[in-house]
Amino acid sequence: MFDFSEEEINRYSRHILLKEVGVEGQEKIRNAKVLVVGAGGLGSPVILYLAAAGIGTIGIIDGDNVDLSNLQRQIIHTTRDVGFSKALSAKEKVNALNPHVKTVVYQDFLRSDNAIDIVKEYDFIIDATDNFPVKFLINDACVMTGKPFSHGGILRFEGQTFTHTPGSSCYRCIYSAPPPSNEVPTCSQAGVLGAIAGMLGTIQAAETLKYFTGVGELLTDKLLIFDAKTMDFRKISISKRDNCPVCGKTPSVTQLVDYEQSACDLLNHKK
Amino acid sequence: MATHTLDITNEHCPMTFVKTKLKLAQIADGDILEVLLTEGEPLNNLPRSAKEQGYNVLEVKHLEGKIHKVVIQK
Repeated sequence: MFDFSEEEINRYSRHILLKEVGVEGQEKIRNAKVLVVGAGGLGSPVILYLAAAGIGTIGIIDGDNVDLSNLQRQIIHTTRDVGFSKALSAKEKVNALNPHVKTVVYQDFLRSDNAIDIVKEYDFIIDATDNFPVKFLINDACVMTGKPFSHGGILRFEGQTFTHTPGSSCYRCIYSAPPPSNEVPTCSQAGVLGAIAGMLGTIQAAETLKYFTGVGELLTDKLLIFDAKTMDFRKISISKRDNCPVCGKTPSVTQLVDYEQSACDLLNHKK
Repeated sequence: MATHTLDITNEHCPMTFVKTKLKLAQIADGDILEVLLTEGEPLNNLPRSAKEQGYNVLEVKHLEGKIHKVVIQK
């Protein structure tokens, strides 16, 4: 135990100095296995901060390639990565930042037929995706396998996030099902201020490190929402619903579902 | 109850405290750690930092020249 090399002691010294983290907390971080679903706007800061923090294993799943339009907010990728796999591009940055971190790359999308097998390999899952079908898929797969996860979503100038641990409220306790396609933002409404991705993803990374070190209070049963236009941050209490379709007493969702994506999402994935 | 020694006379802040915390994590509860350090910044900071984080500082003793000994019980 605590067999950190001189290099690691130096690298993680600012964590070790914290009373609440210390050597013991850094060891927990080193033993952690985290899956990041999506290596985009949210995934970029999440992956970079978790790699910097020394998370032992980071799984990165993303079936997309880097597009020039991503670079405005997806800061793990660079101009020379355009056209290459996002998952591989992210892995390369992790290796460069912290060679102690083991990466597992999935050049694929999370679907109903692979989600359980992938999710069950990890201790904590991060929803860093940009569409409702996958958000519900991650929620359901995590509830079914008893895994904690961080939900994150951003749009325009706003972000929202909460953390789920087994027994606390889940995404379907808040929203029973994906919104109808006419309520999903259209392409013209789907702009986002790049730095918002950094704000929200960084909160998700902090929640992950809090989860493993046991520091403070997680955003369980609390939905944190912010509006960067006014810099108002609010925490809304949420509660586990007995009639939740997936975590309730008599769940109606007992297997994973691939919901249809909106036309705009489909277009983006074809690029 | 074992006694351990840690020489941080070549370290600077904050690595002095980082190295001390690492050693304290590696020894058993109740064990004694004798930390050798230099006067000035290390001597001014280490006992204070250790107390702030709840460690039991038993003694601070001048050895020779600029070298001092801080005794901490885990």
